[in-house]
Amino acid sequence: MVTLIILSALGILTLFAQVLRFKKALFPLILVGLATALYFTLPQYNNNPSTWFSSMLGFDNYSAAFSRSIIVIAFLWFMMARNYFLQETSGTDHFALIIFSMVGAISMVSYSNLTMLFLGIEILSLSVYVLAASDKGNILSNEAGFKYFLMGSFATGFLLFGIALIYGVSGSFDLHTIRTSVATHQQPTMVLMGILLLLVGLCFKASLAPFHFWAPDVYDGAPTPVTAYMATVVKTAAFGAFFRLFYTCFPDLIEQWSNVLWWIVALTLFIANITAVRQTSVKRMLAYSSIAHAGYLAIAIVSMNGDASARSILYYTLSYSISTIAAFTVLYIVSRNSGRDDFGAFEGLAKTNPFLSFVMVVAMLSLAGIPPTAGFFGKYYIFQNAINTHNTGLVIIAVLGALVGVFYYFRVIIAIYFKPEQSNIPVTVGSLHQVVLFITTLLTLLLGIFPDWVLQWI
Amino acid sequence: MEKTAILILIPFIAALTQLFVPRKYGKRFAVGASLLTFIVALVTFCGFPSSGDYQYITNVTWIQSLGINFHVGMDGISMLLVLLTTFLVPLIVLSVVQSETRTPVFYSLILFMEFALIGVFTSLDGFLFYVFWELALIPIYFICLLWGGERRASVTLKFFIYTLAGSLFMLVGLVFLYLHTPGSHTFDIDALYKAGRALDLRSQVYLFIFFFLAFGIKMPVFPLHTWQPDTYTEAPTQGTMLLSGIMLKMGIYGVIRWILPVLPLGIAQCGSYVMWLAIIGVIYASIIAITRSDIKRLIAYSSIAHVGIIAAGIFFVSSENGLNINGVQGAMLQMLAHGINVVGLFFIVDIIQRKTNTRKIASLGGLRLKAPFFATAFIILTLGAVALPLTDGFVGEFLLINSIYMFNPIMAALGGLTIILGAVYMLRMYQRVVLGEPSVETENFFDLTLNEKAVLIPLLIMVILIGVCPNIFLKVSEPAVRKLLTGF
Repeated sequence: MVTLIILSALGILTLFAQVLRFKKALFPLILVGLATALYFTLPQYNNNPSTWFSSMLGFDNYSAAFSRSIIVIAFLWFMMARNYFLQETSGTDHFALIIFSMVGAISMVSYSNLTMLFLGIEILSLSVYVLAASDKGNILSNEAGFKYFLMGSFATGFLLFGIALIYGVSGSFDLHTIRTSVATHQQPTMVLMGILLLLVGLCFKASLAPFHFWAPDVYDGAPTPVTAYMATVVKTAAFGAFFRLFYTCFPDLIEQWSNVLWWIVALTLFIANITAVRQTSVKRMLAYSSIAHAGYLAIAIVSMNGDASARSILYYTLSYSISTIAAFTVLYIVSRNSGRDDFGAFEGLAKTNPFLSFVMVVAMLSLAGIPPTAGFFGKYYIFQNAINTHNTGLVIIAVLGALVGVFYYFRVIIAIYFKPEQSNIPVTVGSLHQVVLFITTLLTLLLGIFPDWVLQWI
Repeated sequence: MEKTAILILIPFIAALTQLFVPRKYGKRFAVGASLLTFIVALVTFCGFPSSGDYQYITNVTWIQSLGINFHVGMDGISMLLVLLTTFLVPLIVLSVVQSETRTPVFYSLILFMEFALIGVFTSLDGFLFYVFWELALIPIYFICLLWGGERRASVTLKFFIYTLAGSLFMLVGLVFLYLHTPGSHTFDIDALYKAGRALDLRSQVYLFIFFFLAFGIKMPVFPLHTWQPDTYTEAPTQGTMLLSGIMLKMGIYGVIRWILPVLPLGIAQCGSYVMWLAIIGVIYASIIAITRSDIKRLIAYSSIAHVGIIAAGIFFVSSENGLNINGVQGAMLQMLAHGINVVGLFFIVDIIQRKTNTRKIASLGGLRLKAPFFATAFIILTLGAVALPLTDGFVGEFLLINSIYMFNPIMAALGGLTIILGAVYMLRMYQRVVLGEPSVETENFFDLTLNEKAVLIPLLIMVILIGVCPNIFLKVSEPAVRKLLTGF
């Protein structure tokens, strides 16, 4: 709870930075604020589960772990995105929006009441709608914001409808009450309809096929740092919320909804991986790859296996986000340098900047799931849980998807090393970016070798 | 610290250190580091107790919540392969011709590869085995991608995806086994063995297919071999040597370690199909080898033929007459022999290509007149490859064909063709490349340099040594093979 208060205060403070003229001090202030918020998610300050606001919010190990993960990712993200917001837009309101969206994200992983889930999603989404359109001069960015807003509102409609039906059955928004009344209810149609609508709404947010159509355009159109934010923090929060809802409320009906989700996952893995192969823009490729990763993550929900599944989602989102931040940072630097974001922009990078190439290689290996990177263990753990719950068929589909994944991730690696360099412009990396890249690469390797560091959070 | 862990650590530390070694001393450092590893392995080999149990064990908890340990150790089977790896790597490093493009990264990748290979051969934990198995793929991919031939990008990607496909299925298989271990599950090798043997026929057949995909692609067994000729041809010489000399043995080792003791019913059900595939592969690859005009490609295909015989020999584990210890022992010896022959032959190809700028059989000839020492080394390696008695290829191939004969005489007869066809393409190649009159390309050919001799002489000694007294090696692996097979 302290984390949530600190973040809200930080957001308001950021808004005032413009008026009170301490813009220069703002960036360090945000980092300090995030570090403080992170401090209060550590286990010793969050040891006993507590509920707040008539049990609207419940802070347990699960929410602490996901909050920690979200703040760590956001911390890295701020270091990556500093330049974009300080140079290319004047106001501090964008930073404030990000921090507010983090408040939403943390509510999404800490709710114990459906209204709070709804509020969290809306706080998060509204901020990101605006951010997606924040490059006002760029028509694609405008399109991204608009599209995201329309599709997002549509999804929210489904979500609300689902919540209403569930409320109609159980007479409560409280997750635990819902669980008991749903399990024993005499009118399964209404319950199942409610679950289905909730599923649709959440699949929209998590960009699972066939509700993913907004994602590529939005990811592609939005400014690169915002895309990175959507692909990491937003995705982590979405899956944190998704799992929490189905784990707490509907584990007794898993027979019914897991069938639907099974097909959604299979479809996602198939469509996203196949489409990613055909992309010419690295940014769009990463957008499809993020949909594909949503597919892998959703396997963990289909194969619900107690805390092990929660751990696997936590680990996967964290490792995926760290590598994605690294990849987007490199993409940001490279595309700013050459003015392009297709595979050609990476040609000859090995010669002009070996450090960037190494970082990108590690990030791609991790996204492709090759040991010893964190991405491998993430996939491994999800597969293990899936096989444990007899979802081997899904694992086979995922394995085939991962193979296709290697194909498009390695296209970047091949471009870096293989192609003759076209331009001799040296690529310079700012010191802050160097720090981000160093930390992300180190974490990708270390978490891959010592996954227990994260697994013991829950 | 136990010797196994030391053997894994030396190349790893060396690979990291290599990056900071000045370019001028890069090769010397790599040779030194890999020689040091070899010496440790040799000392271990000489003092290896005659027991079938794992020796020199290090067992440290790695991922506690999942029952994964850093558990390494060696029995006789591992020992021989570690010895082969550590013997070949210094020679492979030594065979590098110093040039601008051979940066410290190149040597570092080779040493990293050695680290991963030793890890594969000594892992006693399923998860660790898988991680090392994949780790070995990364350096070789980059060696081929960065220093390979014209078509390297597409060829190496095909190679990578192909092998990864197999390994991922193996991972699914390993997890399946893991989930059948009792209690809170463990990846410990003995627990996995026990879990595997307790499975019913249906599960064993599925697991057999999953594991076989991984190992069969690595070896490669027909029809999973299509990545191999291209990759061998496009890879730089050192890459080809690593791939054919050592990496290919990962597949056979995998079968011996992870299929034979784990899936007895699976083998009883599917083993004969695999044997037929392997035999088809032998004949198919031999015939293609005869028609090749590029010597590097010819040797690549000959490699498929040799591996085919090994694969056919090990998938037959027991008969009415008892256990097929001969087959597995033959495979062990043949792995050593093939590793040595093929590395030597690819080095010969490299020498020819560097000095004449061609690999086409038609444009070569008359090397004997220009370079007698070279011709001698070449003929010894060629005879080893065609399994002449008293060379290294003979004993292994004899044991393997003997074991295939016990299964099915017709199959053994077809498998025996490998020796005849092998003699056809190898000797024909030798005749047309080395004998005859010098051509325009070979006009300026000169004999071996000191560096080249330093690579070839140890290999030649081994060709004869294994051929004359194979027992030095067989007696080390025998107790382990016996224990592995009597586990049923």
